Amino acid sequence: SWRFFFLSFRKIYTILKNSLLIIQTKSKKTLARPNVKNIVLVEGVRTPFLLSGTTYSDLMPHDLARAALQGLLHRTAIPKDVVDYIIYGTVIQEVKTSNVAREAALGAGFSDKIPSHTVTMACISSNQAMTSAVGLIAAGQCDAVVAGGVEFMSDVPIRHSRKMRKTMLSLNKAKTLGQRLSLLGSIRLAHLSPELPAVAEFSTSETMGHSADRLAAAFGVSRVEQDEFALRSHSLAKKAQDAGLLQDVISFKVPGRDIVSQDNGIRPSSMEQMAKLKPAFIKPHGTVTAANSSFLTDGASAVLIMSEEKALAMGYKPKAYLRDFVYVSQDPKDQLLLGPTYGTPKVLERAGLTMSDIDVFEFHEAFAGQIMANLKAMDSDWFAQTYMGRKSKVGTPPMDKFNLWGGSLSLGHPFGATGCRLVTTVAHRLQKEGGQYGLVAACAAGGQVSDTHVQHSLVVPAMIAFCTYAKHLYEL
Amino acid sequence: MAGVRALGALSRITSRRYTLTTGSPFRTFSVAPAMLAGTHVNYEVKGDVAVVRINDPNSKVNTLSIQMQKELTDVMNEVWSNNAVQSAVLISTKPGCFIAGADINMIEGCKTAEEVTQLSQEGQNIFEKIEKSPKPIVAAINGSCLGAGLEFVIACQYRIATKSKKTVLGTPEVMLGLLPGAGGTQRLPKMVGLPSAFDMMLTGRNIRADKAKKMGLVHQLVDTLGPGLKSPEERTIEYLEEIAIECARGIVNKKIPLSKEKGMMQKLQDYIMSFEMVRNQIYKTVHGKVMKQSKGLYPAPLKIIECVKAGIEQGPIPGYLAESQNFGQLAKTTESHALIGLYHGQVTCKKNRFGAPQKEVKTLAILGAGLMGAGIAQVTVDKGVHTILKDTTVSGLARGEQQVFKGFNDKTKKRNITSFERDSILSNLTGQLDYSGFEKADMVIEAVFEDINIKHKVLKEIEAVIPPHCIFASNTSALPIKEIAAASKRPDKVIGMHYFSPVDKMQLLEIITTEQTSKDTTASAVAVGLKQGKVIIVVGDGPGFYTTRCLAPMLAEAVRVLQEGVDPKKLDALTTGFGFPVGAATLADEVGLDVAAHVAEDLGKAFGSRFGGGNVEVLKTMVDMGFKGRKSGKGCYVYQPGLKVRDVNPDIEEILEKYKMTPNPAVSSDSDVQYRLVSRFVNEAVLCLQEGILSSPVEGDIGAVFGLGFPPCLGGPFRFVDAFGADKLVEKMRRYEEVYGNQFTPCQLLLDHANDSSKKFHK
Repeated sequence: SWRFFFLSFRKIYTILKNSLLIIQTKSKKTLARPNVKNIVLVEGVRTPFLLSGTTYSDLMPHDLARAALQGLLHRTAIPKDVVDYIIYGTVIQEVKTSNVAREAALGAGFSDKIPSHTVTMACISSNQAMTSAVGLIAAGQCDAVVAGGVEFMSDVPIRHSRKMRKTMLSLNKAKTLGQRLSLLGSIRLAHLSPELPAVAEFSTSETMGHSADRLAAAFGVSRVEQDEFALRSHSLAKKAQDAGLLQDVISFKVPGRDIVSQDNGIRPSSMEQMAKLKPAFIKPHGTVTAANSSFLTDGASAVLIMSEEKALAMGYKPKAYLRDFVYVSQDPKDQLLLGPTYGTPKVLERAGLTMSDIDVFEFHEAFAGQIMANLKAMDSDWFAQTYMGRKSKVGTPPMDKFNLWGGSLSLGHPFGATGCRLVTTVAHRLQKEGGQYGLVAACAAGGQVSDTHVQHSLVVPAMIAFCTYAKHLYEL
Repeated sequence: MAGVRALGALSRITSRRYTLTTGSPFRTFSVAPAMLAGTHVNYEVKGDVAVVRINDPNSKVNTLSIQMQKELTDVMNEVWSNNAVQSAVLISTKPGCFIAGADINMIEGCKTAEEVTQLSQEGQNIFEKIEKSPKPIVAAINGSCLGAGLEFVIACQYRIATKSKKTVLGTPEVMLGLLPGAGGTQRLPKMVGLPSAFDMMLTGRNIRADKAKKMGLVHQLVDTLGPGLKSPEERTIEYLEEIAIECARGIVNKKIPLSKEKGMMQKLQDYIMSFEMVRNQIYKTVHGKVMKQSKGLYPAPLKIIECVKAGIEQGPIPGYLAESQNFGQLAKTTESHALIGLYHGQVTCKKNRFGAPQKEVKTLAILGAGLMGAGIAQVTVDKGVHTILKDTTVSGLARGEQQVFKGFNDKTKKRNITSFERDSILSNLTGQLDYSGFEKADMVIEAVFEDINIKHKVLKEIEAVIPPHCIFASNTSALPIKEIAAASKRPDKVIGMHYFSPVDKMQLLEIITTEQTSKDTTASAVAVGLKQGKVIIVVGDGPGFYTTRCLAPMLAEAVRVLQEGVDPKKLDALTTGFGFPVGAATLADEVGLDVAAHVAEDLGKAFGSRFGGGNVEVLKTMVDMGFKGRKSGKGCYVYQPGLKVRDVNPDIEEILEKYKMTPNPAVSSDSDVQYRLVSRFVNEAVLCLQEGILSSPVEGDIGAVFGLGFPPCLGGPFRFVDAFGADKLVEKMRRYEEVYGNQFTPCQLLLDHANDSSKKFHK
């Protein structure tokens, strides 16, 4: 049948491409499974990730999401009514656009017949958007889905206090002037204190930064180790940016401002300078600082996911297969940021691969201390035996395959948008480096972030109750 | 019986001392070749910092025993003479415990007050050397730091504490009738100010690390760590040590100042305190408060005030002298002996002498969501036990569930637990109206109405649905368990579990076994009670068991006293003046006059005229008029919500007038009234021991103090007899017997003790 023909063609094409372009390509098995549709990543884009409070500061979240969607439309030239569904991830919701997916899609010019919904799952919200898309396609519901994520930290909903809200709502119902006056008269100074978005994990009342600092201490990660890793991230990001490797970034003409075409948080510094910073969360002896944490970021991302047959039928050259994923959860207090350690072996086992089969690793860098703690946990037999019920350690990813184009520490971390950036980066790196399998890991913990220049310890996003963590496996 | 809250504090402290380590045996840390390795204390030099680690290998807790003190002195001398050392860190390697206090046995071992004074002075000398140490000493505190432990750390130059829930600081000596005798009364006021120091020393309460930081008791806090490359406890201690070492270096390098810049409020407070008049006013106020609360029955608080005053007003030399001398004197008071006896008794009653049960109770069903049922649910549901709360009506169930919710919500408000923890605890509670899920229950506790027919009906219904291994426990305060068990198909699984109201506040659980109750059933009931945090006495079956049976004659006497024209306020004053935390009239209101009438009648039938005295009709009439005590708003007193001051119920005067009795002046002095009340209580307690209802005097004392509010300063009825003299008590009783008859006839065991002064209930 024609279907068979296309599939075979695709296989031949891959083999040809691999053997022609990359001489050292090992011949590895395919991860395709019988009776499971092949699902592919066609394209991925993102707006430049900017420090919050900079050029994007007067926008609204759906403006950023719209820019990403338009960028995707432009790159793929996909007809606006071919997409079956649109899903967006976000963490801190703007109350006016609670279904930001729909608002952005309409504004970007997608057909108003395309249903859209918004998901939230802390820092892996757009991972959830993507895996939902995979689910829709696998279930035969859709053939082409746009998934994305957006986060806008330049503005967050700050509410009146509960007391004040209650008074205001009663005021609506008050019928007589007397009732209104007595309600107004009941307002006290305490009513006027605003309610900021939760500064802490709801279940434990602990901020992410604080948790990361404790995690680093639990694994004996030193300040120097953290600063070194942060420096690595910034240096690699700078190199990638200069070499033009960050092809997923689209240019965005900000209304009333200039065209933005680059991330602005990449700042390779020196160890000496970083050593000068005081701890941001646990004082005075903590090790997590503004320089070794990801910073508050504005940004949006979008990917086009299709069934392979549809993509090929439309003449696309997909960037990667989306093969498998796993979500895991742990204790929200002491293991909040340890997701990658738990999830990595699980997804590898599902796919029948080992650590050494993976060519490209992209781990979300919430905090340098968190990454280092995960690496130490993965390298520990004791941890694997005591907490994971394994016989031996998970093993660590080799650093020469790990986050080679920078990471959330340097590129920025718009909570809801990071997942799509990770996946697109894996696809691009696989292409560039000639690998076959890539692995993405992200812990869903919010970045409690301080800006290096402006000393504002702004609000921390509310996070989900249990640390969840997603992982995708890619195959080129 | 809400009145024994003062003792709650005592139990909190003591229980904490003994629930420190669970699970795997403690792992000792690898110590680099220690220069001086004792069994309790060793030290290691890390760079220029000496890390002094303490750990008593023979106990679950560290105490400043003679051995510990000796080794500490040796190690510190070496630290001071070692030129390579610039500073020191003091840390405990025992998880959950820094130093829980001085060794009580060491104090008890002293024969005279002078010997105890000597001990105190030795302690003072060691801590003075610590305070004057030329090399800064950083105390790194994880776990309980109490009594002498606290006195130790406040002599150090710097204090760091972990935020662990187990980290508490305090001076609980007053609970044992003692005072902080190793410099505490002198250093504490200087460190935290006069008001806070008095508060700490006079209440003995535990202070959590975050509060201690705010008070200026510790300089810095350290977070506890979760799983890492070592166990959380082990790594937390290691982390604390790392930070303390850095801190010690910082102090030597002058990067960390030892004296903090005083804030505006502090300066203002210091200025106010510089006036003698203000200080005198504080002493006076505190003295007044202590007298009001203790009725002058407890010498320790007054001595504490005296020592603090001596130190501040006359200087350190008289201050330290007063401290050591008063410490010596207090250690030899009967009050201190009584309180220490209670402490030991409590430790005994926190153990399961019946061994481990075959099956752990994982699902507990409670019948009746009333005050008691919901209270039992509240103390169970947060212990990881799935708790079923069953009632017959929706409204009853809703009230009960709200009571449980409120209990945990109040803890959330006090920030003892987070709202998340509250919700997750409550997820273990199932409220229902039917018997679904009972097939999985390991134990059922019924708290339904006190009526034998209802109990029988319920027992039969339940036995039809529960699995064969399930235990049936009855929370009854007076119905004999064998009568309840008569309706059971498996009487070996039937037991009594008598809780006291309010269940979440009252420490005691009285477990009642019949001859048929199996040992495993008892072991299981005790295990559940211990899990619920209770102090447990296990007694034999009989009308009123132990506690209710002791209380009934005393209440009967109280009614007679009322009938003789003493008004309720006076009656309360007489009983509290004797040391009861709650007056007899108030106690009757708390228990419920209907319950009291019910019990008086039942026990009156069972025991005959010995339980007479006051006319039961007085209580019955009151109940008929709707005066059921606090729960109905009126009893001996009138209760108005929100009002603390309460007046005598004017309507009862008429009733008392109707049943008026003429007092006999020979036995009606204030003191005689007190002894009439107490001697009946004590005689009945001794009779319970004689009849084998009680298995030991220790349990009798604990039951009376923790369940009924018997004066803690007397240590319980048995210790009271020992101290007061059985002969003197019998002499008084004989005098009352002449007037009132057999209600005051001393029992045989009491007579035996009166005839032979060498016989004591407590060795």
